[in-house]
Amino acid sequence: MALQITESCVNCWACVDVCPNDAIFQDKPHFLIDDMKCTECLGDHADPQCAAICPIEMAIVNELGEFLNPPGSLTGIPIEKLKEFGLWREAA
Amino acid sequence: MELPVISSSGPKAEGGGCASSGCGTAPDALSHLPDHIRAKVQDHPCYSEEAHHYFARMHVAVAPACNIQCNYCNRKYDCSNESRPGVVSELLTPDQAIKKVLAVAAEIPQMTVLGIAGPGDPLANPERTFETFQQLSEKAPDIKLCVSTNGLSLPEHVDEIAKHNIDHVTITINCVDPEIGAKIYPWIYWKNKRIRGVEGAKILIEQQQKGLQMLTERGILVKVNSVLIPGVNDQHLKEVSKIVKEKGAFLHNVMPLIAEPEHGTYYGLMEHPSPTDAELQELQDACAGDMAMMRHCRQCRADAVGLLGEDRGDEFTMDKIDVMDVDYEAAMVRRKEVHDSIIEKLDAKRGIVKAKPDGIPEGSRPVLMAVAGKNGVVAEHFGHAKEFLIYEASPEGVRFIGHRKTELYCGGMDSCGDGDVVEAGATESLLDRNIRVLEGCEVVLCSKVGYEPWAKLEAAGIAPNGEHAMEPIEDAVMAVYKEIAATGKLLPKTDTSLKVA
Repeated sequence: MALQITESCVNCWACVDVCPNDAIFQDKPHFLIDDMKCTECLGDHADPQCAAICPIEMAIVNELGEFLNPPGSLTGIPIEKLKEFGLWREAA
Repeated sequence: MELPVISSSGPKAEGGGCASSGCGTAPDALSHLPDHIRAKVQDHPCYSEEAHHYFARMHVAVAPACNIQCNYCNRKYDCSNESRPGVVSELLTPDQAIKKVLAVAAEIPQMTVLGIAGPGDPLANPERTFETFQQLSEKAPDIKLCVSTNGLSLPEHVDEIAKHNIDHVTITINCVDPEIGAKIYPWIYWKNKRIRGVEGAKILIEQQQKGLQMLTERGILVKVNSVLIPGVNDQHLKEVSKIVKEKGAFLHNVMPLIAEPEHGTYYGLMEHPSPTDAELQELQDACAGDMAMMRHCRQCRADAVGLLGEDRGDEFTMDKIDVMDVDYEAAMVRRKEVHDSIIEKLDAKRGIVKAKPDGIPEGSRPVLMAVAGKNGVVAEHFGHAKEFLIYEASPEGVRFIGHRKTELYCGGMDSCGDGDVVEAGATESLLDRNIRVLEGCEVVLCSKVGYEPWAKLEAAGIAPNGEHAMEPIEDAVMAVYKEIAATGKLLPKTDTSLKVA
Protein backbone atom coordinates (compact mmCIF):
# COMPACT_ATOMS: atom_id res chain seq x y z
CA MET A 1 0.00 0.00 0.00
CA ALA A 2 1.68 3.15 -1.19
CA LEU A 3 0.98 6.43 -2.91
CA GLN A 4 2.75 7.62 -6.04
CA ILE A 5 3.82 10.95 -7.50
CA THR A 6 2.88 11.70 -11.11
CA GLU A 7 4.55 13.83 -13.77
CA SER A 8 2.35 16.75 -12.69
CA CYS A 9 4.77 17.24 -9.75
CA VAL A 10 6.60 20.61 -9.77
CA ASN A 11 9.33 19.63 -7.28
CA CYS A 12 8.35 22.11 -4.58
CA TRP A 13 9.61 19.96 -1.67
CA ALA A 14 6.47 20.53 0.42
CA CYS A 15 5.68 16.80 0.71
CA VAL A 16 9.26 15.84 1.55
CA ASP A 17 9.22 17.94 4.69
CA VAL A 18 5.91 16.58 6.03
CA CYS A 19 6.21 12.86 5.25
CA PRO A 20 6.37 10.99 8.60
CA ASN A 21 8.20 8.05 7.00
CA ASP A 22 10.89 9.87 5.02
CA ALA A 23 9.52 7.99 2.06
CA ILE A 24 9.86 10.79 -0.50
CA PHE A 25 13.11 11.32 -2.37
CA GLN A 26 14.43 13.64 -5.03
CA ASP A 27 14.70 12.21 -8.52
CA LYS A 28 14.63 13.41 -12.12
CA PRO A 29 12.33 14.70 -13.52
CA HIS A 30 10.38 14.79 -10.25
CA PHE A 31 10.20 13.50 -6.67
CA LEU A 32 9.24 9.88 -6.05
CA ILE A 33 7.76 7.88 -3.19
CA ASP A 34 9.57 4.80 -1.90
CA ASP A 35 6.76 2.24 -1.83
CA MET A 36 8.63 0.19 0.79
CA LYS A 37 8.45 3.13 3.21
CA CYS A 38 5.09 4.71 2.37
CA THR A 39 2.24 3.77 4.75
CA GLU A 40 -0.23 6.33 3.36
CA CYS A 41 0.26 7.81 6.84
CA LEU A 42 -1.92 5.14 8.48
CA GLY A 43 -1.40 5.29 12.22
CA ASP A 44 0.34 8.67 12.02
CA HIS A 45 -2.22 11.06 10.56
CA ALA A 46 -5.83 11.11 9.50
CA ASP A 47 -4.84 12.19 5.96
CA PRO A 48 -1.82 11.24 3.86
CA GLN A 49 0.45 14.24 4.45
CA CYS A 50 1.89 14.52 0.94
CA ALA A 51 -1.60 14.83 -0.49
CA ALA A 52 -2.68 17.20 2.30
CA ILE A 53 0.00 19.78 1.48
CA CYS A 54 0.55 19.19 -2.27
CA PRO A 55 -0.47 22.35 -4.18
CA ILE A 56 -0.75 20.60 -7.53
CA GLU A 57 -3.86 18.78 -8.66
CA MET A 58 -3.35 15.25 -10.07
CA ALA A 59 0.20 14.98 -8.66
CA ILE A 60 -0.51 12.25 -6.06
CA VAL A 61 -2.30 9.00 -6.92
CA ASN A 62 -3.22 5.86 -4.97
CA GLU A 63 -2.65 2.27 -6.09
CA LEU A 64 -5.80 2.40 -8.21
CA GLY A 65 -4.45 5.39 -10.10
CA GLU A 66 -7.05 7.69 -8.54
CA PHE A 67 -6.09 11.33 -7.98
CA LEU A 68 -6.08 12.27 -4.31
CA ASN A 69 -6.46 15.87 -5.46
CA PRO A 70 -8.52 15.74 -8.66
CA PRO A 71 -8.68 18.64 -11.14
CA GLY A 72 -10.43 21.69 -9.71
CA SER A 73 -10.19 20.44 -6.10
CA LEU A 74 -7.37 22.75 -4.99
CA THR A 75 -7.66 25.89 -7.04
CA GLY A 76 -11.43 26.14 -7.25
CA ILE A 77 -11.09 26.76 -10.98
CA PRO A 78 -14.32 25.38 -12.56
CA ILE A 79 -13.96 22.26 -14.71
CA GLU A 80 -15.17 24.11 -17.85
CA LYS A 81 -12.30 26.58 -17.45
CA LEU A 82 -9.78 23.78 -16.95
CA LYS A 83 -11.06 22.07 -20.11
CA GLU A 84 -10.91 25.37 -22.00
CA PHE A 85 -7.24 25.75 -21.10
CA GLY A 86 -6.37 22.07 -21.57
CA LEU A 87 -5.74 21.49 -17.86
CA TRP A 88 -8.25 18.68 -17.34
CA ARG A 89 -7.45 14.94 -17.07
CA GLU A 90 -9.80 12.10 -16.08
CA ALA A 91 -7.20 9.83 -14.43
CA ALA A 92 -3.48 9.20 -14.27
CA MET B 1 45.89 67.77 -20.34
CA GLU B 2 44.60 65.63 -17.56
CA LEU B 3 41.24 64.03 -17.88
CA PRO B 4 39.09 63.78 -14.80
CA VAL B 5 39.00 60.23 -13.49
CA ILE B 6 35.78 58.88 -12.16
CA SER B 7 36.54 57.01 -8.96
CA SER B 8 35.85 53.34 -9.29
CA SER B 9 34.97 53.06 -5.65
CA GLY B 10 32.07 55.44 -5.98
CA PRO B 11 28.49 54.31 -6.24
CA LYS B 12 28.57 53.17 -9.83
CA ALA B 13 24.91 52.51 -10.39
CA GLU B 14 23.74 55.70 -8.80
CA GLY B 15 20.07 56.16 -9.38
CA GLY B 16 20.21 53.00 -11.47
CA GLY B 17 17.13 50.83 -11.42
CA CYS B 18 14.47 53.36 -10.73
CA ALA B 19 14.15 56.28 -13.03
CA SER B 20 12.87 58.76 -10.49
CA SER B 21 14.90 61.00 -8.25
CA GLY B 22 12.50 61.54 -5.40
CA CYS B 23 10.04 58.80 -5.96
CA GLY B 24 7.71 57.74 -3.23
CA THR B 25 6.93 59.01 0.13
CA ALA B 26 10.37 59.76 1.47
CA PRO B 27 11.94 61.28 3.25
CA ASP B 28 8.94 62.67 5.09
CA ALA B 29 6.96 59.42 5.05
CA LEU B 30 9.47 57.87 7.40
CA SER B 31 9.98 61.03 9.40
CA HIS B 32 7.61 59.88 12.13
CA LEU B 33 9.95 57.01 12.92
CA PRO B 34 12.36 57.16 15.83
CA ASP B 35 16.00 57.67 14.85
CA HIS B 36 17.09 54.11 15.63
CA ILE B 37 14.52 52.74 13.18
CA ARG B 38 15.42 55.27 10.53
CA ALA B 39 19.01 54.22 10.91
CA LYS B 40 17.95 50.62 10.32
CA VAL B 41 16.18 51.34 7.05
CA GLN B 42 18.35 54.04 5.54
CA ASP B 43 20.23 51.52 3.40
CA HIS B 44 17.33 49.14 2.76
CA PRO B 45 15.90 49.60 -0.74
CA CYS B 46 12.62 47.87 0.03
CA TYR B 47 11.91 49.89 3.14
CA SER B 48 13.26 53.32 2.35
CA GLU B 49 12.32 54.72 -1.01
CA GLU B 50 15.26 57.08 -0.77
CA ALA B 51 17.62 54.15 -0.34
CA HIS B 52 16.30 52.29 -3.35
CA HIS B 53 18.08 54.65 -5.72
CA TYR B 54 21.46 53.74 -4.27
CA PHE B 55 21.31 50.41 -2.54
CA ALA B 56 20.60 47.05 -4.13
CA ARG B 57 18.98 43.89 -2.82
CA MET B 58 18.93 40.27 -3.77
CA HIS B 59 16.68 37.33 -3.12
CA VAL B 60 17.84 33.73 -2.98
CA ALA B 61 15.34 31.09 -3.99
CA VAL B 62 15.92 28.49 -1.27
CA ALA B 63 12.31 28.16 -0.14
CA PRO B 64 10.20 26.22 -2.62
CA ALA B 65 7.53 24.73 -0.35
CA CYS B 66 4.38 26.59 0.59
CA ASN B 67 1.71 25.99 3.20
CA ILE B 68 -1.17 27.93 1.69
CA GLN B 69 -2.71 28.56 -1.72
CA CYS B 70 -3.36 32.10 -2.88
CA ASN B 71 -5.66 32.70 -5.81
CA TYR B 72 -3.11 34.98 -7.47
CA CYS B 73 -0.35 32.38 -7.40
CA ASN B 74 0.40 29.37 -9.56
CA ARG B 75 3.01 27.03 -8.14
CA LYS B 76 3.86 25.64 -11.56
CA TYR B 77 5.51 28.79 -12.79
CA ASP B 78 9.18 28.99 -13.68
CA CYS B 79 10.22 31.46 -16.33
CA SER B 80 13.29 33.61 -16.82
CA ASN B 81 11.41 36.27 -18.76
CA GLU B 82 8.72 36.87 -16.23
CA SER B 83 9.24 39.37 -13.49
CA ARG B 84 6.78 38.98 -10.68
CA PRO B 85 6.66 37.52 -7.19
CA GLY B 86 6.84 33.76 -6.92
CA VAL B 87 8.68 33.28 -10.20
CA VAL B 88 12.22 31.86 -10.20
CA SER B 89 14.55 30.17 -12.66
CA GLU B 90 16.92 28.26 -10.45
CA LEU B 91 16.20 26.77 -7.04
CA LEU B 92 19.24 26.85 -4.75
CA THR B 93 20.42 24.79 -1.81
CA PRO B 94 21.56 26.83 1.20
CA ASP B 95 25.22 26.18 0.27
CA GLN B 96 24.67 27.38 -3.29
CA ALA B 97 22.79 30.39 -1.97
CA ILE B 98 25.74 31.41 0.23
CA LYS B 99 28.10 31.17 -2.72
CA LYS B 100 25.78 33.29 -4.81
CA VAL B 101 25.32 35.95 -2.13
CA LEU B 102 29.07 36.31 -1.56
CA ALA B 103 29.70 36.56 -5.32
CA VAL B 104 27.01 39.19 -5.80
CA ALA B 105 28.08 41.18 -2.72
CA ALA B 106 31.64 41.30 -4.00
CA GLU B 107 30.57 42.29 -7.49
CA ILE B 108 27.82 44.77 -6.51
CA PRO B 109 29.14 46.50 -3.38
CA GLN B 110 25.97 48.55 -2.95
CA MET B 111 24.03 45.31 -2.38
CA THR B 112 23.12 45.67 1.28
CA VAL B 113 20.18 43.36 1.73
CA LEU B 114 19.60 39.66 1.32
CA GLY B 115 16.02 38.51 1.43
CA ILE B 116 14.39 35.12 1.31
CA ALA B 117 11.02 35.46 -0.33
CA GLY B 118 10.19 32.16 -1.91
CA PRO B 119 9.28 30.95 -4.43
CA GLY B 120 7.10 29.32 -1.74
CA ASP B 121 6.86 30.58 1.83
CA PRO B 122 10.25 30.90 3.58
CA LEU B 123 8.81 29.83 6.94
CA ALA B 124 7.28 26.71 5.38
CA ASN B 125 10.92 25.78 4.64
CA PRO B 126 12.41 26.55 8.05
CA GLU B 127 15.47 24.33 7.73
CA ARG B 128 16.58 25.65 4.34
CA THR B 129 15.73 29.24 5.25
CA PHE B 130 17.43 29.38 8.66
CA GLU B 131 20.43 27.36 7.49
CA THR B 132 20.97 30.08 4.86
CA PHE B 133 20.58 32.89 7.39
CA GLN B 134 22.85 31.12 9.89
CA GLN B 135 25.70 30.71 7.41
CA LEU B 136 25.33 34.23 6.06
CA SER B 137 25.41 35.93 9.43
CA GLU B 138 28.77 34.21 9.99
CA LYS B 139 30.32 34.67 6.56
CA ALA B 140 28.90 38.04 5.54
CA PRO B 141 28.10 39.99 8.70
CA ASP B 142 27.79 43.23 6.71
CA ILE B 143 24.68 42.06 4.88
CA LYS B 144 21.24 42.80 6.29
CA LEU B 145 18.90 39.85 6.37
CA CYS B 146 15.20 39.92 5.78
CA VAL B 147 12.40 37.51 5.14
CA SER B 148 8.90 37.75 3.77
CA THR B 149 6.10 35.42 4.69
CA ASN B 150 2.40 34.74 4.42
CA GLY B 151 2.42 34.61 8.23
CA LEU B 152 0.87 31.20 8.79
CA SER B 153 3.96 29.74 10.50
CA LEU B 154 5.25 33.06 11.76
CA PRO B 155 4.45 32.86 15.50
CA GLU B 156 6.38 29.59 15.95
CA HIS B 157 9.45 31.07 14.23
CA VAL B 158 9.60 34.54 15.77
CA ASP B 159 12.28 33.58 18.29
CA GLU B 160 14.41 31.97 15.61
CA ILE B 161 14.04 35.11 13.47
CA ALA B 162 15.18 37.27 16.37
CA LYS B 163 18.12 34.93 17.03
CA HIS B 164 19.47 35.26 13.49
CA ASN B 165 19.45 39.01 13.74
CA ILE B 166 16.88 39.38 11.01
CA ASP B 167 15.56 42.81 11.66
CA HIS B 168 13.20 43.23 8.74
CA VAL B 169 10.17 41.04 8.10
CA THR B 170 7.47 41.49 5.48
CA ILE B 171 4.09 39.86 6.04
CA THR B 172 1.58 39.66 3.22
CA ILE B 173 -1.77 40.52 4.77
CA ASN B 174 -4.63 40.81 2.30
CA CYS B 175 -7.50 40.84 4.77
CA VAL B 176 -8.55 40.74 8.41
CA ASP B 177 -12.00 39.31 7.66
CA PRO B 178 -12.17 35.51 7.12
CA GLU B 179 -15.15 35.84 4.76
CA ILE B 180 -13.01 37.97 2.46
CA GLY B 181 -10.05 35.69 3.11
CA ALA B 182 -12.00 32.70 1.82
CA LYS B 183 -12.21 34.45 -1.55
CA ILE B 184 -8.43 34.87 -1.67
CA TYR B 185 -7.13 31.68 -0.02
CA PRO B 186 -8.83 28.42 -1.08
CA TRP B 187 -6.93 26.39 1.52
CA ILE B 188 -4.14 26.30 4.09
CA TYR B 189 -2.09 23.38 5.44
CA TRP B 190 -2.39 23.52 9.20
CA LYS B 191 -1.59 20.94 11.88
CA ASN B 192 -1.35 18.08 9.36
CA LYS B 193 -4.59 18.92 7.59
CA ARG B 194 -5.69 20.84 4.54
CA ILE B 195 -8.25 23.34 5.82
CA ARG B 196 -10.44 25.07 3.31
CA GLY B 197 -12.55 28.19 3.03
CA VAL B 198 -13.49 30.51 5.87
CA GLU B 199 -12.09 28.17 8.51
CA GLY B 200 -8.65 28.17 6.89
CA ALA B 201 -8.67 31.91 6.26
CA LYS B 202 -9.59 32.53 9.90
CA ILE B 203 -6.57 30.58 11.15
CA LEU B 204 -4.27 32.33 8.67
CA ILE B 205 -5.50 35.78 9.73
CA GLU B 206 -5.09 34.94 13.44
CA GLN B 207 -1.54 33.72 12.87
CA GLN B 208 -0.62 36.78 10.79
CA GLN B 209 -1.88 39.19 13.43
CA LYS B 210 -0.25 37.26 16.25
CA GLY B 211 3.05 37.09 14.37
CA LEU B 212 2.94 40.81 13.58
CA GLN B 213 2.45 41.65 17.23
CA MET B 214 5.18 39.27 18.43
CA LEU B 215 7.67 40.77 15.97
CA THR B 216 6.99 44.38 16.85
CA GLU B 217 7.21 43.52 20.58
CA ARG B 218 10.71 42.28 19.89
CA GLY B 219 11.64 45.45 18.05
CA ILE B 220 11.77 43.78 14.65
CA LEU B 221 10.63 46.04 11.83
CA VAL B 222 7.57 44.84 9.97
CA LYS B 223 6.36 45.93 6.57
CA VAL B 224 2.94 44.72 5.45
CA ASN B 225 2.32 43.86 1.81
CA SER B 226 -1.24 43.72 0.51
CA VAL B 227 -2.44 42.70 -2.91
CA LEU B 228 -5.23 44.96 -4.13
CA ILE B 229 -7.87 42.67 -5.65
CA PRO B 230 -10.73 44.70 -7.13
CA GLY B 231 -14.14 43.57 -5.94
CA VAL B 232 -12.59 41.37 -3.24
CA ASN B 233 -10.55 43.43 -0.78
CA ASP B 234 -10.33 46.90 -2.33
CA GLN B 235 -12.44 48.73 0.26
CA HIS B 236 -11.36 46.37 3.03
CA LEU B 237 -7.67 47.28 2.71
CA LYS B 238 -8.29 50.63 4.39
CA GLU B 239 -9.26 48.71 7.53
CA VAL B 240 -6.26 46.41 7.11
CA SER B 241 -4.00 49.47 6.96
CA LYS B 242 -5.49 50.87 10.16
CA ILE B 243 -5.19 47.59 12.06
CA VAL B 244 -1.64 46.74 11.05
CA LYS B 245 -0.54 50.23 11.97
CA GLU B 246 -2.09 49.83 15.42
CA LYS B 247 -0.22 46.57 15.84
CA GLY B 248 3.07 48.28 15.03
CA ALA B 249 3.78 47.71 11.32
CA PHE B 250 5.80 50.67 10.09
CA LEU B 251 5.14 50.59 6.36
CA HIS B 252 2.27 49.43 4.18
CA ASN B 253 2.83 48.38 0.58
CA VAL B 254 -0.35 48.01 -1.45
CA MET B 255 0.41 46.28 -4.73
CA PRO B 256 -1.83 45.70 -7.73
CA LEU B 257 -3.13 42.21 -8.50
CA ILE B 258 -1.25 40.68 -11.43
CA ALA B 259 -3.63 38.32 -13.24
CA GLU B 260 -3.29 37.10 -16.82
CA PRO B 261 -4.79 33.87 -18.16
CA GLU B 262 -1.33 32.69 -19.29
CA HIS B 263 -0.12 32.74 -15.68
CA GLY B 264 -2.55 29.91 -14.96
CA THR B 265 -3.65 31.39 -11.63
CA TYR B 266 -7.24 31.28 -10.40
CA TYR B 267 -7.69 35.02 -10.89
CA GLY B 268 -5.90 34.84 -14.24
CA LEU B 269 -8.03 32.04 -15.65
CA MET B 270 -11.21 33.54 -14.22
CA GLU B 271 -10.22 36.78 -15.97
CA HIS B 272 -10.41 38.76 -12.76
CA PRO B 273 -9.63 42.43 -13.46
CA SER B 274 -6.42 43.97 -12.14
CA PRO B 275 -6.85 47.39 -10.58
CA THR B 276 -6.38 50.42 -12.80
CA ASP B 277 -3.54 52.78 -11.92
CA ALA B 278 -6.11 55.29 -10.71
CA GLU B 279 -7.76 52.71 -8.41
CA LEU B 280 -4.40 51.76 -6.93
CA GLN B 281 -3.44 55.35 -6.36
CA GLU B 282 -6.79 56.18 -4.80
CA LEU B 283 -6.47 53.35 -2.33
CA GLN B 284 -2.85 54.20 -1.50
CA ASP B 285 -3.91 57.78 -0.85
CA ALA B 286 -6.84 56.63 1.31
CA CYS B 287 -4.54 54.42 3.40
CA ALA B 288 -1.88 57.11 3.62
CA GLY B 289 -3.93 58.92 6.25
CA ASP B 290 -3.29 56.01 8.57
CA MET B 291 0.30 55.09 7.89
CA ALA B 292 3.38 55.41 5.74
CA MET B 293 2.73 53.96 2.31
CA MET B 294 5.32 52.47 0.05
CA ARG B 295 4.90 53.40 -3.59
CA HIS B 296 8.19 52.38 -5.13
CA CYS B 297 7.70 48.59 -5.02
CA ARG B 298 8.41 46.87 -8.33
CA GLN B 299 6.95 43.46 -7.35
CA CYS B 300 10.16 41.60 -8.01
CA ARG B 301 10.96 37.95 -8.56
CA ALA B 302 11.88 35.58 -5.75
CA ASP B 303 15.42 35.45 -7.24
CA ALA B 304 15.88 39.12 -8.16
CA VAL B 305 19.37 40.65 -8.02
CA GLY B 306 20.27 44.35 -8.20
CA LEU B 307 18.60 47.70 -7.74
CA LEU B 308 14.81 47.79 -7.63
CA GLY B 309 13.57 47.98 -11.18
CA GLU B 310 16.54 46.17 -12.65
CA ASP B 311 17.39 42.50 -12.56
CA ARG B 312 20.96 41.30 -12.91
CA GLY B 313 20.12 37.69 -12.05
CA ASP B 314 21.43 36.46 -15.40
CA GLU B 315 24.96 37.52 -14.45
CA PHE B 316 24.87 35.27 -11.42
CA THR B 317 23.60 31.87 -12.48
CA MET B 318 25.19 28.94 -10.61
CA ASP B 319 27.39 27.93 -13.55
CA LYS B 320 28.86 31.45 -13.65
CA ILE B 321 29.26 31.63 -9.87
CA ASP B 322 31.05 28.29 -9.74
CA VAL B 323 33.99 29.74 -11.64
CA MET B 324 34.13 33.03 -9.69
CA ASP B 325 36.86 33.46 -7.13
CA VAL B 326 35.59 35.60 -4.27
CA ASP B 327 37.79 37.17 -1.61
CA TYR B 328 35.09 38.30 0.78
CA GLU B 329 37.43 39.91 3.30
CA ALA B 330 38.68 42.28 0.63
CA ALA B 331 35.19 42.77 -0.71
CA MET B 332 33.95 43.83 2.73
CA VAL B 333 36.48 46.64 2.90
CA ARG B 334 35.40 47.97 -0.46
CA ARG B 335 31.74 47.49 0.40
CA LYS B 336 32.16 49.60 3.52
CA GLU B 337 33.77 52.42 1.54
CA VAL B 338 30.92 52.42 -0.95
CA HIS B 339 28.23 52.32 1.74
CA ASP B 340 29.83 55.12 3.73
CA SER B 341 30.08 57.35 0.70
CA ILE B 342 26.43 56.79 -0.20
CA ILE B 343 25.24 57.43 3.35
CA GLU B 344 27.33 60.58 3.51
CA LYS B 345 25.70 61.81 0.33
CA LEU B 346 22.21 60.99 1.60
CA ASP B 347 22.89 62.81 4.87
CA ALA B 348 24.00 65.90 2.98
CA LYS B 349 20.87 65.78 0.86
CA ARG B 350 18.62 65.37 3.86
CA GLY B 351 19.67 68.75 5.24
CA ILE B 352 18.16 70.57 2.27
CA VAL B 353 14.53 71.46 2.88
CA LYS B 354 12.56 72.37 -0.20
CA ALA B 355 10.56 75.54 0.19
CA LYS B 356 6.92 75.72 -0.78
CA PRO B 357 6.68 76.97 -4.36
CA ASP B 358 5.76 80.61 -4.83
CA GLY B 359 3.69 82.24 -7.53
CA ILE B 360 0.94 79.62 -7.51
CA PRO B 361 -2.48 81.12 -6.75
CA GLU B 362 -4.19 79.69 -3.65
CA GLY B 363 -6.91 77.21 -4.55
CA SER B 364 -5.19 76.02 -7.72
CA ARG B 365 -6.15 72.43 -8.42
CA PRO B 366 -3.47 69.74 -8.54
CA VAL B 367 -2.29 68.38 -11.90
CA LEU B 368 -0.98 64.88 -12.65
CA MET B 369 2.01 64.67 -14.97
CA ALA B 370 3.71 61.65 -16.45
CA VAL B 371 7.49 61.73 -16.81
CA ALA B 372 9.74 59.61 -18.97
CA GLY B 373 12.68 59.87 -16.62
CA LYS B 374 15.97 58.26 -15.79
CA ASN B 375 18.26 58.85 -12.83
CA GLY B 376 16.05 61.62 -11.56
CA VAL B 377 16.01 63.72 -14.73
CA VAL B 378 13.65 64.02 -17.69
CA ALA B 379 15.67 61.82 -19.99
CA GLU B 380 13.75 59.41 -22.14
CA HIS B 381 12.22 59.58 -25.57
CA PHE B 382 8.46 59.08 -25.31
CA GLY B 383 8.60 55.88 -27.32
CA HIS B 384 11.54 54.44 -25.36
CA ALA B 385 10.07 54.76 -21.89
CA LYS B 386 9.57 51.43 -20.15
CA GLU B 387 7.64 53.14 -17.42
CA PHE B 388 6.24 56.56 -16.74
CA LEU B 389 6.66 58.13 -13.34
CA ILE B 390 3.54 59.90 -12.22
CA TYR B 391 3.86 63.13 -10.27
CA GLU B 392 1.28 65.38 -8.77
CA ALA B 393 1.98 69.11 -8.79
CA SER B 394 -0.05 71.29 -6.43
CA PRO B 395 0.40 74.53 -4.53
CA GLU B 396 2.05 72.34 -1.84
CA GLY B 397 4.80 71.24 -4.19
CA VAL B 398 5.59 68.15 -6.26
CA ARG B 399 5.02 64.61 -5.00
CA PHE B 400 5.61 61.23 -6.54
CA ILE B 401 2.45 59.16 -6.96
CA GLY B 402 3.60 55.94 -8.59
CA HIS B 403 4.90 54.36 -11.75
CA ARG B 404 2.97 52.99 -14.68
CA LYS B 405 4.47 50.37 -16.93
CA THR B 406 4.28 50.69 -20.70
CA GLU B 407 5.08 48.41 -23.55
CA LEU B 408 7.74 49.97 -25.72
CA TYR B 409 6.29 50.93 -29.02
CA CYS B 410 9.39 52.39 -30.57
CA GLY B 411 12.02 49.89 -31.72
CA GLY B 412 14.42 52.50 -33.07
CA MET B 413 14.77 54.22 -36.42
CA ASP B 414 14.20 51.16 -38.57
CA SER B 415 10.82 50.37 -37.19
CA CYS B 416 9.83 53.87 -36.17
CA GLY B 417 6.11 54.29 -36.48
CA ASP B 418 5.41 50.58 -36.39
CA GLY B 419 4.09 50.99 -32.91
CA ASP B 420 0.94 52.43 -34.31
CA VAL B 421 0.20 49.36 -36.40
CA VAL B 422 -2.52 47.23 -34.90
CA GLU B 423 -1.28 43.66 -34.93
CA ALA B 424 -3.60 40.86 -35.98
CA GLY B 425 -5.82 39.96 -33.08
CA ALA B 426 -4.96 43.06 -31.08
CA THR B 427 -7.72 45.51 -30.41
CA GLU B 428 -5.55 48.59 -30.02
CA SER B 429 -2.07 49.70 -31.07
CA LEU B 430 0.73 49.93 -28.52
CA LEU B 431 0.75 53.68 -28.90
CA ASP B 432 -2.96 53.84 -28.12
CA ARG B 433 -2.43 51.52 -25.20
CA ASN B 434 0.39 53.64 -23.81
CA ILE B 435 -1.74 56.74 -24.12
CA ARG B 436 -4.47 54.93 -22.22
CA VAL B 437 -1.92 54.06 -19.52
CA LEU B 438 -1.44 57.80 -19.02
CA GLU B 439 -5.12 58.37 -18.30
CA GLY B 440 -5.67 61.11 -15.77
CA CYS B 441 -2.39 62.86 -16.61
CA GLU B 442 -2.58 66.25 -18.27
CA VAL B 443 1.04 66.59 -19.29
CA VAL B 444 3.72 64.13 -20.33
CA LEU B 445 7.34 65.21 -19.94
CA CYS B 446 9.98 63.49 -22.00
CA SER B 447 13.17 64.32 -23.83
CA LYS B 448 11.56 63.98 -27.24
CA VAL B 449 8.21 63.05 -28.73
CA GLY B 450 7.60 61.96 -32.30
CA TYR B 451 5.12 63.73 -34.56
CA GLU B 452 2.53 60.99 -34.54
CA PRO B 453 2.36 60.37 -30.79
CA TRP B 454 2.37 64.15 -30.30
CA ALA B 455 -0.85 64.48 -32.23
CA LYS B 456 -2.45 61.50 -30.53
CA LEU B 457 -1.45 62.72 -27.08
CA GLU B 458 -2.96 66.11 -27.74
CA ALA B 459 -6.11 64.51 -29.03
CA ALA B 460 -6.30 62.55 -25.76
CA GLY B 461 -6.03 65.76 -23.74
CA ILE B 462 -2.44 65.11 -22.64
CA ALA B 463 -0.03 67.91 -23.44
CA PRO B 464 3.33 66.57 -24.62
CA ASN B 465 6.30 68.54 -23.41
CA GLY B 466 9.89 68.06 -24.56
CA GLU B 467 11.26 71.36 -23.31
CA HIS B 468 12.77 70.12 -20.06
CA ALA B 469 15.09 67.39 -21.28
CA MET B 470 17.84 66.52 -18.77
CA GLU B 471 16.37 68.75 -16.07
CA PRO B 472 15.73 67.32 -12.59
CA ILE B 473 12.20 65.86 -12.62
CA GLU B 474 10.74 67.78 -9.68
CA ASP B 475 12.04 71.10 -11.04
CA ALA B 476 10.67 70.38 -14.49
CA VAL B 477 7.26 69.35 -13.16
CA MET B 478 7.04 72.48 -11.04
CA ALA B 479 8.13 74.70 -13.95
CA VAL B 480 5.37 73.28 -16.15
CA TYR B 481 2.85 73.60 -13.32
CA LYS B 482 3.76 77.26 -12.94
CA GLU B 483 3.33 77.80 -16.66
CA ILE B 484 -0.14 76.30 -16.51
CA ALA B 485 -0.94 78.32 -13.38
CA ALA B 486 0.05 81.48 -15.20
CA THR B 487 -2.66 80.83 -17.78
CA GLY B 488 -5.26 80.85 -15.01
CA LYS B 489 -6.46 77.38 -15.93
CA LEU B 490 -5.90 75.89 -12.50
CA LEU B 491 -8.49 77.94 -10.70
CA PRO B 492 -12.06 76.65 -10.34
CA LYS B 493 -14.61 76.92 -13.15
CA THR B 494 -12.20 76.54 -15.99
CA ASP B 495 -11.94 74.09 -18.81
CA THR B 496 -10.03 71.07 -17.48
CA SER B 497 -8.49 69.94 -20.75
CA LEU B 498 -5.17 71.61 -21.28
CA LYS B 499 -3.71 72.15 -24.67
CA VAL B 500 -0.44 73.79 -23.78
CA ALA B 501 2.66 72.36 -25.31
